[in-house]
Amino acid sequence: MVAVLTKIFGTENFETAEDVVQETLLQAMQVWKLKGIPENPSAWLFQVARHKAIDIVRRNKYSTQYDFNDSERKLLTSEYTLSMTMEGLWKEEHLQDELLNMMFACCHPGLSPENQITLILKTLCGFSTVEIAKAFLTSEDVVSKRLYRTKEFFRNNKIRLAIPPPDQLNFRVDAVLNAIYLLFNEGYNSTQNEKFIRKELTDEAIALARLLAENSPTQLPQVFALLALMLFHSARLDRRISAEGEIILLDQQDRSSWNQELIAEGNYFMNRAAVGGEVSVYHIEAAIAYQHCIAESISETNWKRILEYYDWLCSLAPSVFAELNRVVAILQVNGPLKALEAIGEIKNREKLESYYLYNSLLGEIHSLLHDPIKAKHYFEKAMEQTLSEAEKKLIQKKINNLRP
Amino acid sequence: MSDYLLLFRGGDGKNLRQSPEKWQAHMAKWMQWMGDLNTQGKFVGAQPLSETGKLVTGIKKVVSDGPFMEGKEMVGGYLICKADDFAGAVDISKGCPILEFDNGVVEVREIQSM
Repeated sequence: MVAVLTKIFGTENFETAEDVVQETLLQAMQVWKLKGIPENPSAWLFQVARHKAIDIVRRNKYSTQYDFNDSERKLLTSEYTLSMTMEGLWKEEHLQDELLNMMFACCHPGLSPENQITLILKTLCGFSTVEIAKAFLTSEDVVSKRLYRTKEFFRNNKIRLAIPPPDQLNFRVDAVLNAIYLLFNEGYNSTQNEKFIRKELTDEAIALARLLAENSPTQLPQVFALLALMLFHSARLDRRISAEGEIILLDQQDRSSWNQELIAEGNYFMNRAAVGGEVSVYHIEAAIAYQHCIAESISETNWKRILEYYDWLCSLAPSVFAELNRVVAILQVNGPLKALEAIGEIKNREKLESYYLYNSLLGEIHSLLHDPIKAKHYFEKAMEQTLSEAEKKLIQKKINNLRP
Repeated sequence: MSDYLLLFRGGDGKNLRQSPEKWQAHMAKWMQWMGDLNTQGKFVGAQPLSETGKLVTGIKKVVSDGPFMEGKEMVGGYLICKADDFAGAVDISKGCPILEFDNGVVEVREIQSM
C-alpha cells in the first residue's frame, strides 16, 4: 500500500503515503468494529486508501509540495482521468511492480546500508520502530533517526520509483537481499516476541525474494541462492517449536517431518543459483543449510564440510556472526577446547557480548568442559539478553541440567 | 511548439451517465486519448465543467444565472495541449471522444503569447 501511495505522491512525500495508510487502518478499525470485517478486507482497505489518495490529489493539484507535473502523475490532475488512473495504479499486476520499485528506492545508493534496510522493514514489511531496533541490536532512538534522515533524503532528491539500469542492478540487488535476509532472521529466531518463530515474517521474506526471482530483471544467481537458503531453513521451521512452545534443538528434532517439498524447492533454486561463476554469501549459507537438510541425524551431519563452508564464508564476508557460527561447527568437529580457542580469536568480540547467542554458546562450551559455574554465569547473561519466552525456557532448562 | 486550448461542446454525457457500463466505457476512451497525449509529452491539463454557472457582465458587473444554452453550444470541458502547429492541434482534436456524438464539437484555439 505504501509503495503505490509513494508512487502517487512521490518519494519526497513519503510521509503523506504513510499518513494515508495510517488513516485507512484507523478507519478500518472503527468501521469493522461496528459492521464486522468485510468479505474482502484487503479490497476494502485499498478502496478506502484510493479514495483518500484521490482527495489529497484534488486538494493539492496546484500545491508546490507535490509534483504532479511528472509525466507519470500528470493524468492525476485532470478530473477526466483521475479516477481511472488511480484505479489502474492499484491493479494487482502493478502492485507487484510497485513493490519491486519501492524495494529499489529503499535501497538507493545515496542511502547508507543501515538506512536502506530500516526503510525496507518499515515500508514493505510494516515493522515497528521497536522491531527494527531489535533486529539491528540497536536502540529505538537510532532507528527513528535513521528513518528521519531517509525521509529527508527522499524529500531533497525526489528519487524516482523504478528498477535500476542493468549496470547498477547487481550492486543494488545486494542491498535488497541483505534486508530480506535480515527480515527472515528476525522471523526465524524472534528475539522480542513471546512467540519464538514468527512465521509471518519468514513468509514475508520468502515472498519478497520470490518477487525478485519471478521478475526477469532481478533473476540473478544471488537471488536464487538466498531464496534456496530461506526455503531450506523454512523446511525445518515447524519442528523447531514443540506444542508447548518450547524450542526443540537440532539434535532432538524429528527429521522425518521436515518439509520435503520446501527442501525440494530449495534444491531447485539452488540449481538455478549455480549459473555463472559468482559465489555469494547466500550460496555458501544455502550449501550449509542443505547439508543439514540432507543429513539423517545430527551425528551423521557432515560437520567437516560445514566447517569448510564456514571458513570460506568468513574469508568472503567476515562478520562476527559468521565467526560465531563457525565456532559452533568447530565445537562439533574439534570439541569444546578448540571452540573456546576459536572464540578467543574472533576480532571485534566485544560486539558480540550483548548478543544472547554468544553468551549461550559460551555457556554450552563451558558446560561441555565441565565448568558449571562459568557455564551458569554465561547462560544467565544470555537469559537476560533475550526477550523471547521460549529462549528463556530453553536456557533455564540448560542451567537445570548443569552437572559439576 | 505552442499551447492550444481545446473546448469541448455538445455530446450527450447526461444520457450516458444513466448506464454505468456505457459511462465507464466512454470514460475509458477519454483516458486512452489523454493517456496517449501524455506519453507523447503533449498533455498539459484538462478538466470537465459542470453545467451550472453564473455570468458576470459589463462595467456594472451584473451577475446573472447562466449560461442557459442548448446542450450542443455549452462548453462541457477543456484540454490544453502542446502541438507543433495548428494542423497538429487539429489532428489531436480529431481523437477526442466527444466526436463520437453527432453534435459533438471541438473548438481548437491557439493560446496567444502576449
